[in-house]
Amino acid sequence: MADMKIGAYICKGCGLGERLDCDELATIAQRDGKAQVVQQHDFLCSAEGVKMIQADIDNEGINRVVIGACSRRAKTEAFNFQNVTISRANLREGVIWIRPDEDDLRETTQEMAADYIRMGCAEAKHSTVPASEQEKGSNDTILVVGGGITGMTAAIEAAKTGYPVHIVEKTGSLGGYAGKMWKDVPMHSPYTDPVDTPVTKLIAEVEADSRITVHLNATISKTSGAPGRFSADISTESGATTTENFGAIIQASGATPYDASQLPELGYGKSKDVVDRVELEQLAIAANGGPIKRPSDGKEVKKVTFIQCAGQRSDKEGHLNYCSGDCCLTSIKQAMYFKDQNPDIETEILFDDLRTPGAPGEDFYRSGQDKLVTFRKGKVSEVVAGSNGPLVRFKDMILDEDVEEEADLVVLATGMVANSGVDIDAVPQNEPGEWEVSVDSILNLNYRQGKDLPHLKYGFNDSHFICFPYETRRTGIYTCGPVRRPMDTQQAIDDATGATLKAIQEIENAKVGRAAHPRSGDLSYPIFRKEGCTQCKRCTVECPFGAIDEDEKRFPVFNESRCRRCGTCMGACPVRVISFENYSCDTVGQQIKNVDIPDEFDEKPRILVLACENDAYPALDMAAQQGVSYSQFARIIPVRCLGSVNTIWVTDALNSGYDGIILMGCQKGDDYQCHFVKGSEMANVRMSKVDDTLETLSLEKERVETYEIAITDIERAPKLINDMAEAVEKMGMSPFKF
Amino acid sequence: MSNYNQEMIDKYRGNFLKEVQDNVEEGDWVKMCMQCGVCSGSCPLGPHWDHPPQEIFMMIRAGKREEVLESTSMWMCTSCYNCIARCPRGLPITHIMHGLATYSKRLGLAPQQQPTAKFAQLFWDNLTKKGRVNELKLGLSLYFMNGIGEGIKTSLKMKDIGLNMLKTKRMSPMEYFGGHSCKDTKGFQAMLKKAQELEEARIGKSGS
Amino acid sequence: MAKHSYSFYPGCSSQKAASSSNYQVSVDTMCQELDIELNEIPDWNCCSASIGYAGGGELPRLALSARNIALSEQAHGDQDIVATCAACWLATRETQERLNEDSELMAETNTALAEAGLKLKNDKKIRHMVEVLIEDIGYEELGKHVKKPLEGLKIAGYVGCQTNRPFGIAGESFENPKYLDKMIETVGAEACDNYEKKVSCCGGALAFSEPEKSQALIKDIIESAYDNGADMIVTPCPVCQMNTEVYQDQINATYGTKFKMPVVYYSTLLSVAYGKSAKEAALDGQIIKAKQLEDIAGK
Repeated sequence: MADMKIGAYICKGCGLGERLDCDELATIAQRDGKAQVVQQHDFLCSAEGVKMIQADIDNEGINRVVIGACSRRAKTEAFNFQNVTISRANLREGVIWIRPDEDDLRETTQEMAADYIRMGCAEAKHSTVPASEQEKGSNDTILVVGGGITGMTAAIEAAKTGYPVHIVEKTGSLGGYAGKMWKDVPMHSPYTDPVDTPVTKLIAEVEADSRITVHLNATISKTSGAPGRFSADISTESGATTTENFGAIIQASGATPYDASQLPELGYGKSKDVVDRVELEQLAIAANGGPIKRPSDGKEVKKVTFIQCAGQRSDKEGHLNYCSGDCCLTSIKQAMYFKDQNPDIETEILFDDLRTPGAPGEDFYRSGQDKLVTFRKGKVSEVVAGSNGPLVRFKDMILDEDVEEEADLVVLATGMVANSGVDIDAVPQNEPGEWEVSVDSILNLNYRQGKDLPHLKYGFNDSHFICFPYETRRTGIYTCGPVRRPMDTQQAIDDATGATLKAIQEIENAKVGRAAHPRSGDLSYPIFRKEGCTQCKRCTVECPFGAIDEDEKRFPVFNESRCRRCGTCMGACPVRVISFENYSCDTVGQQIKNVDIPDEFDEKPRILVLACENDAYPALDMAAQQGVSYSQFARIIPVRCLGSVNTIWVTDALNSGYDGIILMGCQKGDDYQCHFVKGSEMANVRMSKVDDTLETLSLEKERVETYEIAITDIERAPKLINDMAEAVEKMGMSPFKF
Repeated sequence: MSNYNQEMIDKYRGNFLKEVQDNVEEGDWVKMCMQCGVCSGSCPLGPHWDHPPQEIFMMIRAGKREEVLESTSMWMCTSCYNCIARCPRGLPITHIMHGLATYSKRLGLAPQQQPTAKFAQLFWDNLTKKGRVNELKLGLSLYFMNGIGEGIKTSLKMKDIGLNMLKTKRMSPMEYFGGHSCKDTKGFQAMLKKAQELEEARIGKSGS
Repeated sequence: MAKHSYSFYPGCSSQKAASSSNYQVSVDTMCQELDIELNEIPDWNCCSASIGYAGGGELPRLALSARNIALSEQAHGDQDIVATCAACWLATRETQERLNEDSELMAETNTALAEAGLKLKNDKKIRHMVEVLIEDIGYEELGKHVKKPLEGLKIAGYVGCQTNRPFGIAGESFENPKYLDKMIETVGAEACDNYEKKVSCCGGALAFSEPEKSQALIKDIIESAYDNGADMIVTPCPVCQMNTEVYQDQINATYGTKFKMPVVYYSTLLSVAYGKSAKEAALDGQIIKAKQLEDIAGK
């Protein structure tokens, strides 16, 4: 790369010209920021302004652009220059919009702006233009694990878009759980009657598509590689193994029905006439539209009782803690099997809470009521043998009375258990170089972090249900269907389509060496300086995405295309040997150092705010848009994730005289909202150790605070800054100002 | 009337929900209740119902025929329509309660001493006589509906109210002698008779 | 402003020497001022309110209101039906709705009506007097006629049940309708903004059959008016008016309260504000005298 040449551009639009002394800012850019070219413009994001900058890039050799205008989140299309680094000094949302326009405040407002210009130039000075990653993927083929409705839909969607697919199915036929059903809940209006399952149609489509290869009676015995260049060993029952290469993997391994034999109190296993939901489907298939007969003696069923939440939504040992989501709709459908055949058959559904999610939900429930299916809020205590069939004892929760009712057949609405493979947090990992196949594993990944995708709650694979569905913590591997959360057929089909799109996005990004998501298109990647590494393993352990393996000497091995560019490794590294071209310990550290720290007796404290760019920084921007104000002493630096915050920044800031430091990240824990899953959690752990530093420096603990901020915290985020300003006023200025 | 009751018992053989659906005004809505209880919570006399609407609906589905029809509950309805306005499933609950009351009366199962049941009958008898309500006669018949002795007591208790109404010309003793009336009482009564006949014929054929 | 003409259904309680005859007097006064012409439906009959159900089945009850609608069609072809009584309005509107939804019931109703020589088309608009005031006249016009603003009065607008549910006034909520408050403000008085019993039930017809239970409800309605600093209650419903006014002595005896809260109709309020005499505003029909209104009317 050519010599570094900084160009600083200061906008005077949006009121900046009136509120700030832009000539002074220009001088600062030149004098302190060492910008070779400095220009001011009345309307920098206009075509003319952009042209001015581009001309400097083309003619003056500017390769570090510093823009002193609005927030980095605004006007990204206008300020999108190629082959240069871009730093944004946030003078609008960060300064004039959050400070009142009053004469006696002009001085501190100007100081804020000046600091942001210095910080922008400092960042520019320590950034380089990112080249794309070296490992580029080229494989277009998608591996779909599981041949149920979800897997088949994913395969068909991918093939239709032009991507070849291999389906690996454990059993001898396609169709999965839905293949065992007589009918399905309707997926189109009117949501009134059970309909044929989509299985037959999907199988025909799969078989007719030459781009789809199906492996039956097959499992995955090893998966290795990274996005764009996965390799999987597909083993059949006979022992034969073939190796295929893939660009992406979709895991649609589905769920297994809960084992009803764990419910003897509900009569299962004691009476043949107590069946689970799968067995009822088999009875219905046998009846094929005729009267359904009970298993014990083949008598036509005249009264059937459904028990909802059987072994579910319960804390009891062996029960499922969660709601499986589709059982209420399934029982309504199954009750209709009886009612549609003979309206005089008594069908009673004993529910605790009736939950009918999804498009057909409420209408289908009403249709059941309309067909005179009886819905009764009842808590079942036991099912015992009666004189003519199973006897159900329950408490009617509306009438508040104990009831005993005999039925010809009792159906237990049992739940679903995710086929999510081994729980990598519970099973010890293989040592590097001593990897072994596990029969319980779905993917048999040879990653350092374990063989399967991490589980979150209740054994379902982690995949953020709102913010980033389908994405797992292993880049290039996507989950869909009931393996990631309980769902019905329609939802599984929608899910499969979503996951397929994610897989395609990843394949295409891998081809050009860019990050897949969530920083889609990011060309930077972690650069590792092996010489300084102490083999401490923190980066390999803390990477939320399993992107870093270890070689036999325990040096980290970066799989760049698995990386999400969050910088959690950079934050973790005690010797600071990990960095990105445009985001490193220096790019942030130098911003911190270039803030002007006034003398202790000036009574102008400095508060450093490291704000996550995903939620906290936008929240502060929005606060500015809404005219909320915060302390003139705050200096805010956006970070990719709180996980990327290296404690050196905090230590350096304290040493150089900052009076308070606030870290703003996303919600952590099981209901995390961290875009990088573990980042804010890691930051929290690291910051708990900063207390020691504070103690060494004889500083108050209250000078460093870590908060969880949601994007909606428009009032709260500024308030926390003001609280810190107040706290600083009480504690007094830091004595470390030089 | 008790024959009618036996007829219905034989006809529906325990399927009370079906019986209600076929014979009670707006009764085909009962099955659509989703047991949220908003009706019970919204009823001004809710605490005085033996079984608030939510329970009545569940009892109907659970086949508790006599318990429902002999209940005083639906006679507690003040027709405030709060339940109708709030029912998330759009059940015409007020009308269903009126319908159940009518049906229980027709079957001869309505509680004999229930004051609203009595008053409602008095009201109907009063208005159908001449086409318009005679408030004075209605009031007096109400006071005496439980016999002469209690009637005198009630009348004394209500004396001041009556005097107040008289003083403000909102009541007149002259009403006792004739009072307001439709002119075409003959046509009016013929119409009602026909309506009654038609309704009985319809009930006879329903559900068969 | 052009004259407005309606086919009027007064209802039993509005008749001479009946319990809300005072309502009728003030309505007549108010309508005269606003140039509203009310043409009484000839030979109308009782609607059976919402308490006829013990004696009358569904069809006989529907026939009652159907007869009134048919008579109105015959006499005042192009005029909307207007009722002042909440129960009359509700029963008539309900009948219209039920018959339009169910062709079998409609046919049977017409068979019954034929006995009285009538036939039902059932396409008229059936409206409450309050709707006429709000929609056809408008608050602005209502305000223009005010000669004696009711300044200094604080009034609780008690909407009650049947003027409010299940039909209500277009654009108003069931839980907190505002039209009565707006009317109060239109005549220059102050409305109790947070009158929490605004749409609570007074017991309706059960005031007769279940006096204790109903009076407990009425007590809360009056108490809340006092709590809100009201000088009086205003209501659009004859049953509400009667129940909340006439039982106050009995409630005082039962609960040891000292209620003496005047309860007036909106038409009385408008009449006084329009400069009419106490008699024209039917203030002589108050069992609990509305002294402040009398003073204004006497000025």
